[in-house]
Amino acid sequence: MRELLIGNHALARGAWEAGVRVAAAYPGTPSTEIIEALARYPEVYAEWAPNEKVALEVAIGAAIGGARSLAAMKHVGVNVAADPLMTLAYTGVNAGLVLVSADDPGLFSSQNEQDNRFYARLAQIPCLEPADSQEVKDMTMLAFSLSEEFDTPVMLRLTTRIAHSYSLVELGQRREVPLKDYVKQPAKYVMLPAFGKVRHRVVEERRLKLAAYAETTPLNRVEWADRRAGVITAGISYQYVKEALPGVSILKLGLTYPFPEKLIRDFVRAVETCYVVEELEPFLEDQIRALGLPVTGKELVPRVDELSSLIVARTVGARVAAVAPELVCPDLAAVALPAMTAAGNPAAGSTVLAPGEAEGVREQGTATAAAGEEVAAASGQGGAAAPAATLTGFPAAADLPGRPPLMCPGCPHRGVFYVLKKLGLVVAGDIGCYTLGATPPLQAMDTCICMGASLGVAMGLEKARGPEFARRVVAVIGDSTFLHSGMTGLLDMVYNGSNGTLIILDNGTTAMTGHQDHPGTGYTAAQRPAPKADLKQIARALGVQRVQVVDSYDLEAVEKAIREETAAAGPSVIIARRPCALLNKEKEAVYIVDKGNCLGCRYCLELGCPALSFKEQQAVIDPVQCNGCGLCTQICPGEAIRKAGEEDE
Amino acid sequence: MSNGVINVLLVGVGGQGTILAGRVLSLAALSLGGEVKVSDIHGMAQRGGSVVTQVRFGPRVYAPVMAPGTADFLVAFEKLEARRWLPYLKLDGWLIVNDQEMPPLPVLTGAGTYPEDLVGEMGRLVNNMLALDALELARRAGNVKSANMVLMGALARRLPISREAWEEALAVSVPGRFLEVNRKAFYLGWDQNG
Repeated sequence: MRELLIGNHALARGAWEAGVRVAAAYPGTPSTEIIEALARYPEVYAEWAPNEKVALEVAIGAAIGGARSLAAMKHVGVNVAADPLMTLAYTGVNAGLVLVSADDPGLFSSQNEQDNRFYARLAQIPCLEPADSQEVKDMTMLAFSLSEEFDTPVMLRLTTRIAHSYSLVELGQRREVPLKDYVKQPAKYVMLPAFGKVRHRVVEERRLKLAAYAETTPLNRVEWADRRAGVITAGISYQYVKEALPGVSILKLGLTYPFPEKLIRDFVRAVETCYVVEELEPFLEDQIRALGLPVTGKELVPRVDELSSLIVARTVGARVAAVAPELVCPDLAAVALPAMTAAGNPAAGSTVLAPGEAEGVREQGTATAAAGEEVAAASGQGGAAAPAATLTGFPAAADLPGRPPLMCPGCPHRGVFYVLKKLGLVVAGDIGCYTLGATPPLQAMDTCICMGASLGVAMGLEKARGPEFARRVVAVIGDSTFLHSGMTGLLDMVYNGSNGTLIILDNGTTAMTGHQDHPGTGYTAAQRPAPKADLKQIARALGVQRVQVVDSYDLEAVEKAIREETAAAGPSVIIARRPCALLNKEKEAVYIVDKGNCLGCRYCLELGCPALSFKEQQAVIDPVQCNGCGLCTQICPGEAIRKAGEEDE
Repeated sequence: MSNGVINVLLVGVGGQGTILAGRVLSLAALSLGGEVKVSDIHGMAQRGGSVVTQVRFGPRVYAPVMAPGTADFLVAFEKLEARRWLPYLKLDGWLIVNDQEMPPLPVLTGAGTYPEDLVGEMGRLVNNMLALDALELARRAGNVKSANMVLMGALARRLPISREAWEEALAVSVPGRFLEVNRKAFYLGWDQNG
């Protein structure tokens, strides 16, 4: 049976069919759906770990214990898990262990666009790169066998476009893989120096064996066509090459670390000109060049942002077309190489674009969408940015207002940021929905580095500028993020004598990635009841004397608490609590504007609520969008906003 | 694009149901027996941000995303988004646009203005356009939230996919208690001429 699956669901299916027993993750776009799907299989224990390091450690324990296991995370999550990963590469596994790294070229929902294939190389572990959902499933299954055969963790590298695109997948049945025996082997699993030295040699031997395997595995295959141009590619880039350059010969690598040296040599020699098309870093290209082989890659193909068929056509396609125009997709050539097609002369189209120009479509698009919303554009509109004009499509409109991301109607974070802005505080922020507190009109956030960094940044600001400055600084963090990696930062504040204030924006879920559970929700990934971590008690246990809990919708209480705690000596924690507005399906009565009382002062617009707009110098509330949170009534100086249905007097 | 691939671009605003609509379309397209690839692209915001779903189907589909100027159909759930994504539409492609205005944040805060007469402007540019009040038709079907199915209905009659396949896709994608309203909305869309 064939089914349309996103890459993440195909991965979960493949892991299940391969007999996986234990899976762990912290939710992070674009990896989140893997655990969500695995948690629905009764044969699999799937958990939300508080962070990626713990997730990988759980998988390691399971694998050593003899169960096939999987840890999934986004690219920056691997940074968190890098510590156990590097040593895991030494110990190896018992049963198979697959580490999923879901990278995010194009920054749809991330802080950077790092290329995690380098982690595979750093750890000397195999890296698999599938190109569609079917390959995701197949490679996941193979990854478990490879892991066991070579006694190594295997990195399966997805990108957003693979993780979140649907394509057809042939479903199979689960193969129960018996638990392997657990044998105590301290020399393998206890990496104290004497044992580690021995294992490092094992790692090197394994790398050579894997390189030999890479020469023969069907994961790496040549698709011969015209030999005037050849392309070495992997992952989603393969699809863009197939589409843009249907006539060229292709070496498609499914195993990109370690790679097949001989296969590559033979391919490069067999074609007249060889290109390397890969997203982000010249990971393959540099290694191929190190073999002394002449290839062209990042000289043409952009090193930033996602690739596309169009970019491949505009860059490599332009070069190929100068020699053999029939190898390039005519439709894309018409869009990508107008000079060439207009002149009807391929040679005239030697418009070899600089990489910067090649990014044109996305770059121009982002600029259009940004239209005065610099922060918003910077906050991850990614591919949702508008396109540029083309020859075969319609012209772009000038100056369309952008549609930047914003907090939902009724979002409990909105009021807290409104107060922070009003008080003019320096806000060290963190990763989550509340990062949007940095965007207009609130613009109440000063920093956002990585998950859990808000506390350390606030601490650093305080230590750099003194305790007086600390009175003007707050750190904000979500409930899930606090449990992910905020607790250690809070402990540091207590231990090293901070006067800082931490606001935990507790909306009772992991909202940004789509409402996953965490240790504070009282439910597991499989929706079973669990002991609920009490943020207040955790803060106290970490040594914080001053802990307040306020209702995020009560602006007066929020402001009072912030004023008190920033003024107080010693570290303090404010838990601003209200469930995510999207968790509560039954909305409160909506609010309406009493036209007679509206002063037209526009104060309410400072909230940045999508339900509030202005028409004919008066505020208007969209009843479909209004969520009934009532924040606007609290900041309206004219008492012009009231609940629909309530009488005037 | 080439090789008999049909490209459909669905654009809208978070909360309008574009992703569910893309799901229905892709399941219906499976009935043609070829390949289907779908890519959902959404930004950080769950509500109120820009949402784009690309659906490509045909005998062999490589990339899950299409190039500008290659969409056979642009189905816009909101008219500002229609104008924003118009460069993706082929010159002889179809624009199906919901004549609904959802002001984005820069407009709400007064930093930008919502363009006037967008539908008129696009009507002058585009050869094949159907503008409809999907919200009103959805209301008539029994639930304003079924506007996405009104738009799917309007698209459906212009695609080489059987009614049975659409019916089945709807039944699989929409929860039972909402199915009748959504079917009604779908056929109200189907009946729109343009």
